[in-house]
Amino acid sequence: MCFKCNYIIKPLLLILGMVQLGTAHAEFGVNFPEPAGELAQNIFDIHMLTMSIATILLIIVFAIVIYSIYYHRKSRGYQADQNFHNTWFGHWSWVIVPVLVLGVDFTIANNANTVLKTVWEVPKEKDIMDLKVTGHQWWWEFDYLDHGVKVESRALTKEQSGDLYLRDVDNRLVLPTGKKIRFLHTSADVNHAFWVPELAFKKDAIPGYVTETWIELDREGVFRGQCAELCGTWHSRMPIVVESVSPERFAQWVDEQNAIKVAAAAEASSSKTWSKDELIAKGEELYNTKCAACHQITGTGLPPAFPPLKGSAIATGPIAGHLKIVLNGKEGTAMQSWSSLNDLEIAAIITYERNAWGNDTGDVIQPADVKSAR
Amino acid sequence: MSTTTMTHDEAHHHGAPTGWKRWLYSTNHKDIGTLYLLFALVMLFLGGASAMMIRAELFMPGIQLIDPDLYNNLVTNHALLMIFGAVMPAAAGLANWMIPLMIGAPDMALPRMNNLSFWILPAAATMLILSFVVPFFPGGGTQINTGWTIYPPLSVQVGMSMDFLIFAIHLLGVSSVLASINIIVTLLNMRAPGMTLMKMPMFCWTWLVTAFLLILVVPVLAGGVTMLLFDRHFGTSFFDAAGGGDPVLFQHLFWFFGHPEVYILLLPSIGVLSHVIPTFARKPLFGYRSMVGAMLAVATIGMVVWAHHQYTIGMSLGAVTYFMVGTILISIPVGLMVFNFIATMWRGAMTFETPMLFAVGIILMFTFGGLSGVMLAVVPADMQYHDSMFVVAHFHYVLMPGAVFGLFAGVFYWLPKWTGNMYDERLGKLFFWINVIGFNITFFPQHFLGLAGMPRRIIDYNVMFTEFNVLSSIGAMIFGLSHLLFLYIVIQTIRGGKSLKRSGAKSWEGAKGLEWEVDSPPAFHTWETAPQIK
Repeated sequence: MCFKCNYIIKPLLLILGMVQLGTAHAEFGVNFPEPAGELAQNIFDIHMLTMSIATILLIIVFAIVIYSIYYHRKSRGYQADQNFHNTWFGHWSWVIVPVLVLGVDFTIANNANTVLKTVWEVPKEKDIMDLKVTGHQWWWEFDYLDHGVKVESRALTKEQSGDLYLRDVDNRLVLPTGKKIRFLHTSADVNHAFWVPELAFKKDAIPGYVTETWIELDREGVFRGQCAELCGTWHSRMPIVVESVSPERFAQWVDEQNAIKVAAAAEASSSKTWSKDELIAKGEELYNTKCAACHQITGTGLPPAFPPLKGSAIATGPIAGHLKIVLNGKEGTAMQSWSSLNDLEIAAIITYERNAWGNDTGDVIQPADVKSAR
Repeated sequence: MSTTTMTHDEAHHHGAPTGWKRWLYSTNHKDIGTLYLLFALVMLFLGGASAMMIRAELFMPGIQLIDPDLYNNLVTNHALLMIFGAVMPAAAGLANWMIPLMIGAPDMALPRMNNLSFWILPAAATMLILSFVVPFFPGGGTQINTGWTIYPPLSVQVGMSMDFLIFAIHLLGVSSVLASINIIVTLLNMRAPGMTLMKMPMFCWTWLVTAFLLILVVPVLAGGVTMLLFDRHFGTSFFDAAGGGDPVLFQHLFWFFGHPEVYILLLPSIGVLSHVIPTFARKPLFGYRSMVGAMLAVATIGMVVWAHHQYTIGMSLGAVTYFMVGTILISIPVGLMVFNFIATMWRGAMTFETPMLFAVGIILMFTFGGLSGVMLAVVPADMQYHDSMFVVAHFHYVLMPGAVFGLFAGVFYWLPKWTGNMYDERLGKLFFWINVIGFNITFFPQHFLGLAGMPRRIIDYNVMFTEFNVLSSIGAMIFGLSHLLFLYIVIQTIRGGKSLKRSGAKSWEGAKGLEWEVDSPPAFHTWETAPQIK
């Protein structure tokens, strides 16, 4: 008896234990997180309003049905009222019910409409901060149009992010509180959607379109979200992390970013001839962040969607062909153009790809070679 | 009996043909109805198997069983198999079986076309399955990782599988349109003398509206996927922004079909309920006229609110306001339908056989799904819900009770009529309870997942979503496996062993209508002399 019990009870305990373990280390939610701005608060409120109305209606319907199936049953000897549909109620219910429902509908639509207007219409203010959000397969690019700063944001690996895996990135989207921010969404390849629940809006990033939304953050914090529109293989690996900071801290951050940018530009434009080892070291780092999501760290790719680079005809063939595909991408595939990278970065990546994983071509590509190939 | 009548009888009152020719060449509405239902049953199991694979993968965080493209392909296939393979053919099967019996017609108006519209389906299903199988072969291209909405530009990246899918959709569309034409012609021309439109059984009404909806919207989908095919192979740029096209146009074309499709799936089951509830409440359907009116209103409004599936694409304020108000207004006719069902139960003398259990379950769960639908219709709130697991929970709460449970109710209700045997009531009730409990464990927690921030169509998720996913997956296994019991009950009833009771012409005490005046099972040909309706 007890032996048999074990078969049933043990897995059950295991499941319960697991659930408890889960609660211990993760904040699991049953509703939206606390909004981070007035606009988000309005959206949250309209959500709570409609949900309350829906719950009340649901309780009414359940109550009536349960009453009816308890009392109006044959086993209790209840006689069916064959003329119920001919009473005044039967004749007029087709008017009464729609009017009641219309009243509920009107309550919801009226409240929603007020919120909708503020959500939809971006304030026409001169000093609004513009942020361009570009979705890529499978990372985000944030362009601070007013500050000349650009941030590339990619998911961290499981080892790097631990419990925050799939909700953590290398470079966060840093935003100031107390400032109206306009988001301009677009995409470089397929449709994506920007969704951070604390910011409470979701907007599709569609190639060829610029869609806009706005928010004014009213509290500091780190808010996590992810891509919400199916965008192919690694749709699950497109987290967004918003770091909301004070305006002073934000200004400081912008200065830091600009300094980094200037240093990188200076390095790339210097006429220095780089050694093979320098390029490979630089290239490996760049490859692992920018290319490895598809072509894998081992260079083996994930065929047929993502071809291997290890021993591939392009990575071991003529340099010109290799440069061309990196600079221009390949149409109709997930391989995009990487021409936005600087000459040094492309030179380093190509040098790495042509010498790693047994592709020992011995080729060294200098930034000048990239420049002339553009 | 004179000799002349004998010859007449020999010519027309033949029995069923035997062997494979009976099925392949069939022009008999009952046989074709059976074929449709069996086809739907096979597809139900294929679609269910893909759903169980999806839930098995989502049981725990991390990627354990399948790779992301195969996962996305299963998501795509689950939807297509269930919608085009299971629900629509099953509803067409019920229509084929029941419409001629209900209106006192000897057969469908266009029997040969009826044969064609069924036999296109296996070909379409083969194409659909090929689209799944082809990538496993060398040179077969990538898998369809787009979901059933096949939005470009993602669908342009997919390999040759997408072309198989496009042609499968074309074939499925042709089949549906042919079946719809047949049903409309039958209903408008073949009704027994005296049966005016407003005396027509409710199931026939729902199918009349459904058939019109299908003819109106399926060609739009066919056009959309054809444009996609041209973009993929013939250098056009309908949906390519770089060539002056518009990727959002496809979404509009898709949902112009896709939203009425929801009512196409729903209405036949509403028709079934309109027979099941009066039968087991032992009193007439409450508000026949308002039911017909509500249905016409649903179909009309349903045609013009498609863009509520695309609130996040960045439409103008005017457009979203219109689509929001229109969508919310659908609650009026749908609310009236649900009200009429409850009012039919009210002051009835109810018994709770399996079809009635499903009917009560539908009223409660469909109301729940409908109310979360009103929440989704509200644009500002939908900025949050859109493309999250909340949406997945919502549409399963609408489509499982609204469409699939209605079909189960119909199968249990008419199975004694089709086979002449009563199914095992004890097993039927057991199936209902396991099925419904499994369903709720699967989909109820998904509401919370969506609100907490889990998007749909992801293969891997953060640990914060673990608890509800574990629960949902356990529910899905119970729910999925419960259908084996359904299969067993159906086979047992068809075989009609000694343990089962035989059904008379009238299988249920409270049943009313022409279909209960013919034998159970009905003769191969019925109503050769049309009955007179008073």
